[in-house]
Amino acid sequence: MAEMSVADALKLAIQEEMRRDETVFCLGEDVDIKGGMGGAFTVTKGLLDEFGPERVINTPIAEILIAGVCVGAGMTGMRPVADLQYGDFLFCMMDQLVNQAAKMCYMSGGKVHIPMVMRAPCGATNRGAQHAQSLESYFIHVPGLKVICPSTPYDAKGMMKQAIRDDNPVLVFEHKLLYGSSRKEKDAVRTSGEVPKEEYTIEFGKAAVRKEGTDVTIVANLLMSYRAQEAAKALESEGISCEVIDPRSLVPFDYETVERSVKKTGRLMVVHEDTYNGGWGAQVAAHFAEYCIFDLDAPVKIVAAYDTPIPFAAPMENFVIPSVDRIKEAARELAAF
Amino acid sequence: MTKMPEKERAVGMYRRMYQIRQYEETIYYLFLEGIMPGTIHQSHGQEACAVGMIYDLRKEDYILTTHRPAGHDLAKGVSLRSMLCEMFGKSEGCCKGKGGAMHTGDLSVGAVTANAIVGGNLPIAAGVALRCRMMKTDNVAVCFFGDGASNEGAFHEALNAAAVWKLPVVYVCENNLYSATTSIRLTCSLEHVAADRGSAYGIPSEVVDGNDVLAVNEAAARAVGRARNGEGPTILELKTYRIGGHSRNDACGYRPEEEEQEWFAKDPIHTFRKRLLDEGVITEEELVKIEEEITEEIDAEVEYAKNSKDPAPESALRDVYWEGGTL
Repeated sequence: MAEMSVADALKLAIQEEMRRDETVFCLGEDVDIKGGMGGAFTVTKGLLDEFGPERVINTPIAEILIAGVCVGAGMTGMRPVADLQYGDFLFCMMDQLVNQAAKMCYMSGGKVHIPMVMRAPCGATNRGAQHAQSLESYFIHVPGLKVICPSTPYDAKGMMKQAIRDDNPVLVFEHKLLYGSSRKEKDAVRTSGEVPKEEYTIEFGKAAVRKEGTDVTIVANLLMSYRAQEAAKALESEGISCEVIDPRSLVPFDYETVERSVKKTGRLMVVHEDTYNGGWGAQVAAHFAEYCIFDLDAPVKIVAAYDTPIPFAAPMENFVIPSVDRIKEAARELAAF
Repeated sequence: MTKMPEKERAVGMYRRMYQIRQYEETIYYLFLEGIMPGTIHQSHGQEACAVGMIYDLRKEDYILTTHRPAGHDLAKGVSLRSMLCEMFGKSEGCCKGKGGAMHTGDLSVGAVTANAIVGGNLPIAAGVALRCRMMKTDNVAVCFFGDGASNEGAFHEALNAAAVWKLPVVYVCENNLYSATTSIRLTCSLEHVAADRGSAYGIPSEVVDGNDVLAVNEAAARAVGRARNGEGPTILELKTYRIGGHSRNDACGYRPEEEEQEWFAKDPIHTFRKRLLDEGVITEEELVKIEEEITEEIDAEVEYAKNSKDPAPESALRDVYWEGGTL
């Protein structure tokens, strides 16, 4: 075992896969420039030295190109791993992701396939509205894409390796406050944790139960899984026992683990940093309304960012993004129902 | 004046052009009769572009085409049967009925699944070309697009990167003067919408008579040669004209009659046929025989496709994610 940050775990995963398989390569703007940061958050720093400019490709600021290169290289046998710096820029490449990457396998009758990894740093971090969004929900709506959101060093490494080996396009949402990289972020969470030295991957569609409990099931991803755990810990003293589940991947989604938990608690809360309207929490709520309504003893609660662009000033940003207090309050309401 | 190649080659090009023409005309009539489902974007009139560019490519080279893909796909070697079955939405189609007229292709012969988003294939071609180089091959990617695509953002992003990375790719603009129904004059101030932009990216460009298969073929040899030799991308702008409309039921009411007459007089198949005869490459009888063979083959394949199996409705749920199918 070795202790490391999420950023280093991601790097190690990419590095190991590049050593293992010559078709794996990295690309992105600033992905590794000498004297630069290694992407915006140090994940790819140092790869250029080991693998050279043929396999660590610094691109123009051209998102359509970056995604298109992934599609073209992926369909002809490569395994590209692209870094987007900020997930917000996914919108600049929507055609390539949604019309091209996601549909090419299907349109070809399953003959063409596109292994590609698109890394999208997300989360509100005092940078204003265009470097702040949590965009997972846009992409769970697209058949053909996989969407994952690892939140711990262990998951980051195992899931990144799995993403690189997957034969389909995988969007990886990485939270800026969870990287624990040398680029310090205000309000960053200390995520440093143990990562096994031996080879492992983590299958998608397997949620992780972060804390067991009996009264309320809280499903929360990325930064929110940490806040949910903090809220759950605090609520113990009030006699409310929360089970915290981190879905880890949104497509595929592990409904089974959540269903099992709700059978026990009868109460379900979903917490995400994405906005409320049409967020992935709504999909989870719809699933329970359609298939599991009689397991519920209370209405489903969704604690999400308010439906605004992300504001800059800290008091407003903190207000919009779900806080530990909002999660606690929602849990109290659920427990009291 | 282009130089006439030896007979086998010249006739080979004619044969392929004639096949594309017959294919497109057959589909047009099937469509008018209400037998052909879906929509159609046809390439007749532009056969010299497809055949001239693709005739000498290797199987291992790649082409990337558009919503008007039939000529390119046939020229690259996608089978007539799998193309026609796809047009009819049959399970034996090159995309098992999931693609349709705008997404034909067969990657096993280097024909990338056709792309119906205008400009969408240009950055993908950069990726394909990058792969050719990373895997240390001297194969190339040839990317076709229309005049309209030259106004897309993807055009700029792809060409800029292809130039700076010296990618083995040829970007081929088939300028047929209309983006769907809008004259390119209304949407771009350049005479040569793709070639005139080459200098902006540092990419050598050529303007070519896209209705002269030999002129296209000579330009292709130069551009593909540069790509194979690691000299980077080339833009070829092929001046051509659609015989039909943009898509089904488009009667081309927006095209001036004199313009149509002028271009129809330059029909790539009629002019090449005349040259083959005038220069004594082949006799009328031999040509007629070839043409009859092609027509018979297409008619037979149409019958086959019409009668072949429909896909099971629930097969729609397959292939969203890769299931391990091979090319």
